[in-house]
Amino acid sequence: MNLTLRVWRQKNSTSQGTFIEYEADDISPDTSFLEMLDIVNEGLIKRGEDPVAFDHDCREGICGTCGMVINGIAHGPLGATTTCQLHMRHFKDGQLITIEPWRARPFPVIKDLVVDRSAFDRVIQAGGYISARTGGTPDGNTIQISKPDADLAMDAAACIGCGACVAACKNASAMLFVAAKVSHLNILPQGKPEKDRRVVNMVRAMDEEGFGNCTVMGSCEAVCPKEISLDFISRMNRDYLGALWRSR
Amino acid sequence: MKLDAKIPSGPLAQKWSKHRHDIKLINPANKRKFDVIVVGSGLAGGSAAATLSELGYKVECFCFQDSPRRAHSIAAQGGINAAKNYQNDGDSVYRLFYDTIKGGDFRSREANVYRLAEVSVNIIDQCVAQGVPFAREYSGYLANRSFGGAQVSRTFYARGQTGQQLLLGAYQALAKQIEAGGVKMYPRTEMLDLVLINGQAKGIVVRDLVTGEISSHAADAVVLATGGYGNVFFLSTNAKGCNVTAIWRAYKRGALMANPCFTQIHPTCIPVTGEHQSKLTLMSESLRNDGRVWVPKTKGDNRPPNEIPKEERDYFLERKYPAYGNLAPRDISSRAAKEVCDEGRGVGPGGRGVYLDFADAIERLGLNVIRERYGNLFEMYERITGEDAYKIPMRIYPASHYTMGGLWVDYNLMSNIPGLYVIGEANFSDHGANRLGASALMQGLADGYFILPYTIGDYFAAERPAKPSVDDPEFKKVESEVAERTKKLLSIRGRRTVTEFHRELGKLMWDKCGMARNEAGLKEALDTIPAMRREFWEDLNVLGDGNELNQSLEYAGRVADFMEFAELVVYDALTRDESSGAHFREEHQTPDGEARRDDERFSYVSAWEYQGVDQRPILHKEPLVYEEVHLAQRSYK
Ligand SMILES: Cc1cc2nc3c(=O)[nH]c(=O)nc-3n(C[C@H](O)[C@H](O)[C@H](O)COP(=O)(O)OP(=O)(O)OC[C@H]3O[C@@H](n4cnc5c(N)ncnc54)[C@H](O)[C@@H]3O)c2cc1C
Ligand code: SF4
Ligand code: FES
Repeated sequence: MNLTLRVWRQKNSTSQGTFIEYEADDISPDTSFLEMLDIVNEGLIKRGEDPVAFDHDCREGICGTCGMVINGIAHGPLGATTTCQLHMRHFKDGQLITIEPWRARPFPVIKDLVVDRSAFDRVIQAGGYISARTGGTPDGNTIQISKPDADLAMDAAACIGCGACVAACKNASAMLFVAAKVSHLNILPQGKPEKDRRVVNMVRAMDEEGFGNCTVMGSCEAVCPKEISLDFISRMNRDYLGALWRSR
Repeated sequence: MKLDAKIPSGPLAQKWSKHRHDIKLINPANKRKFDVIVVGSGLAGGSAAATLSELGYKVECFCFQDSPRRAHSIAAQGGINAAKNYQNDGDSVYRLFYDTIKGGDFRSREANVYRLAEVSVNIIDQCVAQGVPFAREYSGYLANRSFGGAQVSRTFYARGQTGQQLLLGAYQALAKQIEAGGVKMYPRTEMLDLVLINGQAKGIVVRDLVTGEISSHAADAVVLATGGYGNVFFLSTNAKGCNVTAIWRAYKRGALMANPCFTQIHPTCIPVTGEHQSKLTLMSESLRNDGRVWVPKTKGDNRPPNEIPKEERDYFLERKYPAYGNLAPRDISSRAAKEVCDEGRGVGPGGRGVYLDFADAIERLGLNVIRERYGNLFEMYERITGEDAYKIPMRIYPASHYTMGGLWVDYNLMSNIPGLYVIGEANFSDHGANRLGASALMQGLADGYFILPYTIGDYFAAERPAKPSVDDPEFKKVESEVAERTKKLLSIRGRRTVTEFHRELGKLMWDKCGMARNEAGLKEALDTIPAMRREFWEDLNVLGDGNELNQSLEYAGRVADFMEFAELVVYDALTRDESSGAHFREEHQTPDGEARRDDERFSYVSAWEYQGVDQRPILHKEPLVYEEVHLAQRSYK
């Protein structure tokens, strides 16, 4: 296939960015989106032009490193997929493809398509853990967890921290991410003792990082590669209100 | 050089508890004065950094990804072993120990492996306490599945995301310590050299991948938890960033590299489709619990799989290994697949593939059960190949996956350089010549949570806190060497890209030093690699400069190290003139094509000492002494 790419190029966090057009010729429909960019980059290097910087690592849809906005959609047109797992067979020959970085104030651009998502790490540091020191923990089977609870916690825990939810949201809200993280731990019996502190502190950290408000439009859910459900947002809101009420 | 593994005396089952008792304690006020550098934040590094910090040590932790949560460990799908015997199917610490020793084809240390089996049970408890959402039965108890190379169900899992969930557990523990001020985390920072002062590991030189700044960090001890080197084959199941740089630079400073030729090829990966391919995707081995592996009986049978009647299919693993069938260990299954493809019976484009068929399992258990067990894997398969494996069999082929070799360490996980510890996939410690499925996660967490945090105390007990200043001339010297090298990579401005060189090297390694090896091929590789390396340094093209985010530059540094390291892998493979586990020398096989060990001559760990680029390294041998197990011909028939 032959494609035309409009790629966001930005030298560093302080410089102005702009779109530049590149041709991607002779692309096999079996290549992944990132492999297609690899091919374009090889061509750029041969011509002495700076290759397009983009983040990636596992290329298996699990590390959450990759992420770009493709034709206006975070992670591209195929639902429930990370950019690395998107294949060119889902595009049409001759198509124009616009590629941009995540755009959200709390995720400043570092270069081209690479952004700084360390705000997510700081939200976790504010309380996204169970304080179990190494050693001295009881036998795993002394804590029974009903299968539905275990499954629900796992549904939430499936979040890969990619940030597409933030990129897709008009307000750059991180509610889906934070709700997934809070819910995973708050659903489990092991997480109960710190339940209230966790949700209050994480929500506070989220606000301090500059993420916007949630207006429950659902654009986040639509792009989430792990299909994290909006229900977790309502669940977190309940946990949050409960925590405030209990701390009165 | 005398290699002392420092294995404690006494009966096997009591060595670890005795050793723990013998290690002198350091008082809490003193612990605060010791600084530890942990390079890597995967399962091994993340768990170690968190635990060391909980104990009171001051920790600095480094990773090259943008967040510690993204280490390669995250990709592990299948599960983690532990000798819990929750299924009451006859498992025990001893059985896990024995399975691991046997699976490693009797090329690992008894004492290390026994300890690993022993602490495996604590890992599960620890992870449950942290909130890792392991799969549960309806009773609310933990669920298990079985995995290659074992006849008991001892594998714990969290859907197809076990690595992700375990890593999040460690990452969250780490996050807590970061918040508490006990750990300073440096993401997007790459270690480019090790600094020794008076022969002791005292720090590292790093490059900030965003600003390009090269700087030093000093400490009382350095822990490398930097993962495996499977990407020396270019195509592998590893994350793209996985590399040998940290341990290679340590090797060049005097650390010994052990068993580098023990590289594991995983039997169930999606076959290569074309030149554009940048990596290979693993289909979790757990699929072999229910999938049946087959190829057509006759060569050149091009009918679609569903039209080939049962009688005309060769379920070759079940045929050759009736006791283990589709669950035969990885090295054995991989070679069996290669063999049928070599015979011309392979399937799919290029004939490099075998079927993994779920039709029988779907009939027996129903579609829903299969979907519940493997849904995400089937989805991933469809995403990549465009095929629906519920309807037509998957195609799989072996790919480079895991590296048993790594830096040599003693029982305390310390290398031959005092103060340099190596944990997780980066060391060589526990898996011998072949690793069993679901045992890498176990080892990484055992090292990080339960072994290193104790054994490092053994070293500190005899030391005074003496973190040097980064202005020490030794640091400055190493810094300028690193800067020089970076400058050199940028100044060549030749014609070829890093990827081209990496692909070329990988192809050579796969052909000559991959699933099967022979003397002639290995010698050829020894001739080719130095020439390729020279060309690399003459004709490489890396654009941009060093004072910015420059991904080609990062990659070039890693491939430059692979170019040197590959030669060592080949030396090791050539010297080990026997077949053992994943190291299959075609000259040494039984009449039915199984690996034939030579215990008389090769029952040792090879530990290589650097002598300079283009110089033959020196081989040291650590003899393997078996007190408990009886060395047997490995059989899975
Ligand atoms: C696809 C796949 C599936 C797998 N599934 C399983 C499974 O089901 N069960 C199982 O037991 N095992 C499995 N394994 C193996 C297992 O995942 C790995 O062996 C294990 O996770 C390695 O952990 P680690 O902590 O040693 O290293 P890694 O997780 O690789 O972490 C390495 C860390 O070191 C850092 N690093 C590396 N070099 C540098 C440097 N120079 N400077 C700074 N930082 C650096 C990285 O940033 C990273 O943080 C699988 C492997 C693959 C490839
Ligand atoms: S909620 Fe979904 S989109 Fe948001 S970070 Fe998690 S996985 Fe990514
Ligand atoms: S590169 Fe890991 S999710 Fe895409």
